[in-house]
Amino acid sequence: MAIRSVKNLKEFSTANERFEGAHLLCPGCAHSMIVRELMNATDDNLVIATNTGCLEVSTAVYPYTSWDTSWIHIGFENAATAAAGAEAMYKARKRKGTLKDPDAPVKFVAFGGDGSTYDIGFQWLSGAVERGHDFTYICLDNENYANTGGQRSSSTPVGAHTSTAQAGRVSYGKKQKKKDMVAIMAAHGAPYVAQLAPNKWKIMAKGFQKALETEGPCFINTVSACTTEWKFDAKDTIHITDLATDTLMFPIYEIINGHELNILYRPKNVLPVEEYLAAQGRYKHLFKPENRHVIERIQKEIDEKWEYLQRREEAKV
Amino acid sequence: MAEKMELKSTEVWDGNYAAAQALRQAQVDVVAAYPITPSTPIVETYGSFVANGYIDGEFVMVESEHAAMSGCVGAAAAGGRVATATSSQGFMLMIEVLYQASGMRLPIVLNVVNRAIASPLNVRGDHGDMYAGRDSGWVQLDAFNAQEAYDLNLCAFKIGEDINVRLPVMVHQDGFVTSHTAQNVHPLSDDEAYAFIGDYKPVDEMLDFSKPVTYGAQTEEDWHYEHKAKQHRALMDSYVVIDRVFEAFEKKTGRKYKRLETYMMEDAEVAILALGTTVETSILAAKQLREEEGIKAGVVAPRVIRPFPLNELRAALAGIKCVAALDRSCPMGAMGALYNETCGALATIPAEQRPLVTNFIYGLGGRDFAVDEAKRIFREQKGHADVGHITTHVQQFSGLRGPKLGFYESKRS
Ligand SMILES: Cc1ncc(C[n+]2csc(CCOP(=O)(O)OP(=O)(O)O)c2C)c(N)n1
Ligand code: SF4
Ligand SMILES: [Mg+2]
Repeated sequence: MAIRSVKNLKEFSTANERFEGAHLLCPGCAHSMIVRELMNATDDNLVIATNTGCLEVSTAVYPYTSWDTSWIHIGFENAATAAAGAEAMYKARKRKGTLKDPDAPVKFVAFGGDGSTYDIGFQWLSGAVERGHDFTYICLDNENYANTGGQRSSSTPVGAHTSTAQAGRVSYGKKQKKKDMVAIMAAHGAPYVAQLAPNKWKIMAKGFQKALETEGPCFINTVSACTTEWKFDAKDTIHITDLATDTLMFPIYEIINGHELNILYRPKNVLPVEEYLAAQGRYKHLFKPENRHVIERIQKEIDEKWEYLQRREEAKV
Repeated sequence: MAEKMELKSTEVWDGNYAAAQALRQAQVDVVAAYPITPSTPIVETYGSFVANGYIDGEFVMVESEHAAMSGCVGAAAAGGRVATATSSQGFMLMIEVLYQASGMRLPIVLNVVNRAIASPLNVRGDHGDMYAGRDSGWVQLDAFNAQEAYDLNLCAFKIGEDINVRLPVMVHQDGFVTSHTAQNVHPLSDDEAYAFIGDYKPVDEMLDFSKPVTYGAQTEEDWHYEHKAKQHRALMDSYVVIDRVFEAFEKKTGRKYKRLETYMMEDAEVAILALGTTVETSILAAKQLREEEGIKAGVVAPRVIRPFPLNELRAALAGIKCVAALDRSCPMGAMGALYNETCGALATIPAEQRPLVTNFIYGLGGRDFAVDEAKRIFREQKGHADVGHITTHVQQFSGLRGPKLGFYESKRS
């Protein structure tokens, strides 16, 4: 694989030609950062499938396209299968000798939001991973259905306000826990699974490279801060993401071959989750006295999860 | 390289096997599929070809029919020949992607082995699934027997992949009656069949990186309408290519197909319009009635359901006295679709040439439709013809137990 090495942020910001800066994502949306980080990770040809969601509706509005590489969107749920179908066609045509440029390296990537990954497209993703297609699935996890105005998904964390799990006089927002998609994908036996964040861009680039290099289906959950639905200032995307990784709300780790867990980022100073929650409008109501218990619950679950991840890493099982 | 298969000039195949053989001979690059009765044997047979070295392409057994068509779309956009098969509930699960496939102008071949739609659950043949896909933007061909299921599959690739069409194509056949009944089939040799279809010519393929393509863009009120109109035009105009392919096929095999098949219509006074295996039943009934009772009965059958052969139907029915349109799908609150198409085709001819049109719903969930019932319907039409008006409800249910069921009173002017 042709690995790209990007040395510093300045180079990073100008290195990409295959994803145009002209698109309709909100200013400060992390989706585009993550896409750029992927593009910056490789010089190989890319076939990209994208589920319906903010990324898709904002980057291919006829007669324009932001994609200067092969790109396909079918529906909300089936990008994994679109990539799988294209990958199958690549194999068939390679075998039959009908490819225009049979020696050029090609990578197949599917993007989905948390709505399409955790909810509606779960089956399509699971099927494509079970069948072992050689592709990488990247979830842009902003913990809500942003494209349709911020409804709950099964990735929405406890206590967050969304338009379909609202905080109100008798409600503190979402009651159910966030689905552990990373564990689920690791349980498929996928050779490479990781959770990454765009603020830790060097770790992210390495993770993407590992996934692209690994033969077989790889899954990466990426934290994608959403200025509109998380309710923070557009200039603070990376700051919010720093808080997400440094409070361990989003631990950064990988799981190889379904079991070998490696923590990829250990904050020097682990911050209390309150700092992360306080920085976003979607958690504002948790600071009322009657909802304080929810913050305690969130902190407790973060601590338990971190303990679990560390033990898993240590145990090497 | 895939092994070739030696075929006899006459094989005994059922409709499913015939379709699977045609897919093998077409050297399809990707088959993405999911099993469902009664189309399962197409997929299984293809799987046996894969396992025994007869296929060079990829065979992707996905986790649902929605994924089957999604995989077909991804594969087709990557620039190769693609096919699959389904029925009934599987077809219903695919519907979202059927529209996406045609909207992206991807020439996929889908075998639809027609079966009823739940609820109540039923595995037998009717045309509920076919009718559910009427507006999906696919070219739709209808095979009335196993030979035709084979022939029309070969034609389907050639039609859909033509640069002037570039649309997906369905080949319908009746569940069980065609799909599971062994009949004599005359196949082409592997080389002849492939030569007839020709190599796949990629258009806007995702695997040509010198020319990146974007598939499945967003359009709102500014462009969506123009795109849909253009797609409709491509489908309407595809008859030119369909005719050309049918002609080429006749030259090659001697077997002649027309977008509207007509039987004994030259001097017919009454007619049945039907699809699928009912066509052969109706032909038999018409022949017997002509001999036994002197009723000038004929049969019209759309071979191509989309684009609908309006001109041909108008020409075939102009001047006859009465036609019964038989719909093997329950329209649920309206007249049957074939009845509506027929009335549409006849609306523009002078009143004195316009036949009476009646509508029969029949054969739902695999209820048998036998020659005697077809004869009874012909006789009834003859009765309408003789008095010059419809003497029953316009819409009746044929072969239904219990009290007679009819809707829509005819009105004499
Ligand atoms: C079958 C189907 N159901 C519902 C929708 C409506 N819809 C489009 S995008 C979307 C939410 C997308 O959320 P997510 O996947 O998290 O992506 P995001 O926009 O948050 O990046 C919904 C509900 C649809 N397009 N298709
Ligand atoms: S709503 Fe959120 S995810 Fe969508 S474009 Fe805006 S910031 Fe990005
Ligand atoms: Mg989302």
